Amino acid sequence: MAQIQIDYSRASVHVVCIGRWRATELKSVAVALSDEVALLEEKSVIFDLSGIETLDTAGALLLQRTERGMSAAGCQVQYVGADDRVKRILSMTQRYGHTDATFAAYSPGILETIGRRTEDFFEEVRDILAFFGHTFFSFVGTLFRHRRFRIRELAYQMMESAVKALGIIALTMFLVGVVVAYQSSVQLKTYGANIFIVDALGISILRELAPMLTAIIVAGRSGSSFAAQIGVMKMTEEIDAMRTMGFGPYTFLVLPRMLALIIMMPILIFFADLFGVLGGMVIANTELGLSTTLFLDRFVEAVPLKHFWVGLIKGPFFGVLIASIGIYRGLQVKNDTESIGINTTKSVVEAIFAVIICDALFSIVFTKLGF
Amino acid sequence: MDNAIIEVENIVTRFGKRLVHDHVSLEVQEGEIYGFLGPSGCGKSTLMREIIMLEPIQKGSIRLFGTPLHSLSSKGAQQLRQQWGVLFQSNALFTSLTVAENIAVMLLEYTKLPKSLIDEVVAFKLEIVGLSQQDGNLFPSQLSGGMRKKTALARALSLDPPLLFLDEPTSGLDPVSAREFDALILKLRDMLQLTVVMVTHDRETIECVLDRMAILDERRIVAQGSLEEVKSVKSPFIQTFFGGDIRECKN
Repeated sequence: MAQIQIDYSRASVHVVCIGRWRATELKSVAVALSDEVALLEEKSVIFDLSGIETLDTAGALLLQRTERGMSAAGCQVQYVGADDRVKRILSMTQRYGHTDATFAAYSPGILETIGRRTEDFFEEVRDILAFFGHTFFSFVGTLFRHRRFRIRELAYQMMESAVKALGIIALTMFLVGVVVAYQSSVQLKTYGANIFIVDALGISILRELAPMLTAIIVAGRSGSSFAAQIGVMKMTEEIDAMRTMGFGPYTFLVLPRMLALIIMMPILIFFADLFGVLGGMVIANTELGLSTTLFLDRFVEAVPLKHFWVGLIKGPFFGVLIASIGIYRGLQVKNDTESIGINTTKSVVEAIFAVIICDALFSIVFTKLGF
Repeated sequence: MDNAIIEVENIVTRFGKRLVHDHVSLEVQEGEIYGFLGPSGCGKSTLMREIIMLEPIQKGSIRLFGTPLHSLSSKGAQQLRQQWGVLFQSNALFTSLTVAENIAVMLLEYTKLPKSLIDEVVAFKLEIVGLSQQDGNLFPSQLSGGMRKKTALARALSLDPPLLFLDEPTSGLDPVSAREFDALILKLRDMLQLTVVMVTHDRETIECVLDRMAILDERRIVAQGSLEEVKSVKSPFIQTFFGGDIRECKN
C-alpha cells in the first residue's frame, strides 16, 4: 500500500511518502493528497521520497500533478530522499507527461443528433433500395445466363438453413398442435361438440399457425446465421477477396440464400402442417375419444383445400423477407465487433416483425378476396 | 546473472497425436530481450501461450518471478497476470472502444484513481509509444497498422508491468515502421526497465534487438544464447535461416 504522513510541526510542511506507489495501490494516497496537501497555500512543502519501495508512472504522475496544483497556490515544493530509481521515473514522467490531457467521449447536441439520425435514416433507405436493386440485377443476370447460377451453393443453403431446421419445426408444431387441441377440447366437451375440434385445428394450423411459426423459427435460426456469417465475412475482408476474384457477392452469397428460403419455406410449412395436425390428432384421440379414421374423414369434409394453399403461398414471401433482412443486416456490419451483435439482433427482430406485418396483410387481402 | 524471471523446465506438449514440445527448457533473465525463433508450426506461439497461462501446461513446469504456474490459486493467477502485458499478433484491440479507452481499460478496472489522473496516465503512455494525444479519441478502425501496434503496446504497458510479451510485433508492418518499432522496444526497455519476450521471424529484429534467443525446431530447443552463439550451432534451420553473413546493425 502507498501511504503518506504529513508533519506540520517543522518550519516547512513535511510530506513523507512510503510504500508501494503503484497504480493499483494508489487509491488512499490520491484521496489524502487531494483532501489535505492540495489545500495548502503559500507554504514551503518538502516531499520526502526515501520511504518509497516502488514507484510506477501512475504514482509519479500523481506526485507531479499534486505539485503543479500546489505551485499554482503559491507553495514552494521540494523533493528529498529520492533514490536513483525514483529520480529516473520522475524525470521520465516530467519529460513525456501531458498536463492537460482529457479524453472525454464526444456527446453531440440535440440539433446534431437530429441531423445525424435523419442522415442515417436516408442512408438506410438508400442502402435498402441498393440492396434490392443489386439482388434483382444479379437475378436477372443469372436468368439470362450472363452469370452462372450457383447450384451447389443453393443446395448447400437449402440443407443448412431449411432441411436441418426440420427437426425443431416438427417438434414445435407437434407441441403447438397438442396445446391448441387440448385447450379447445376442454371448451368443446362442455357443448358436446367434440367433432368440431377437427375444424378448429385444421383451419387455425393450416392457415395461420404453421406458416407463422415456421417463419419465426427460420428467422431465429437461419436469418440470424446469415447476418452473423456475412457480417464476419465482411470484417475479415472475405467479401472483398471475392470481389477481386470477380465473384459478385450478390450472385454468390445473396441469391443462393434467398432462393433457398423461397424454395424451402413452402416445403417446411407443409411439414409443419403435418406435424401440427398430428399433434392435434393425438389429443383428439386421447381426450375426446375421436378415432383416427373419424378425424381424417371429418378433416376432408370440414377443412377446404384453400386453407392449405393460403398457408403455403405465404411461404415464399416470408422466405424473401427473412433472407433479405438477414443478408442486408450482415452487409451493414461495420468494422467492429459490436456491430455484429447489433446487426444480428436486428436481423431477427426485424425479420419476425416483418413476417407478422406481412401475415396481417395477407389475412386482410385473402379475406377480402373471399378465400 | 542469476535473476531468472521465466524458468521453463521440461515442457512436453502434444495436440492429439502430434508432439509439439519434447522436453523444452529455457530461462529468461531480468532486463533482457529474449526471442523465440523457429520455423512456422514449431510451437513458439504455443510455448508463449503456456507461459502467459492461456494454454494449460500438460507436462513439465513453468515458473514466473519464482512462482510456479501449476499450483496457483485463481487470486494468485490474477495477481500474476498484472505482472505482464501482452501484445498480440493481430493487436486484439477492443474495436468498440477508442484508443484512449483501450489503454484505460485496465486502469479503470484495477485502480480507483480519479478520471483526470487516468487521462494523464493514458496521455503519458500514448506519448512514450509515439502517438499523439489527438489519436486517443480515434477508434482502432481509423488507425494505420503501425498505429494499431503502438496502441496495443501502450495498452499492454498500461499498468507498468515489468514483463512484456510480444507475438510477432513487426509482422504486417512496412520496413520503416518495423524498424521504428524495434527502436521503440529498445527505448522502452531502457526507460521502463522491462524484460521482453518475443516471438519473431524478422531478421533485423533478431540481429538488432534480441539479447538472447532460443531456437525451436523438431520439437526441441536446438540452440539457445546470443546471436553469435546460436549461429555457430549446426542445424539445418539455422543454416538456412541465417544463411551465412551477419549484417551490421545500423544504430
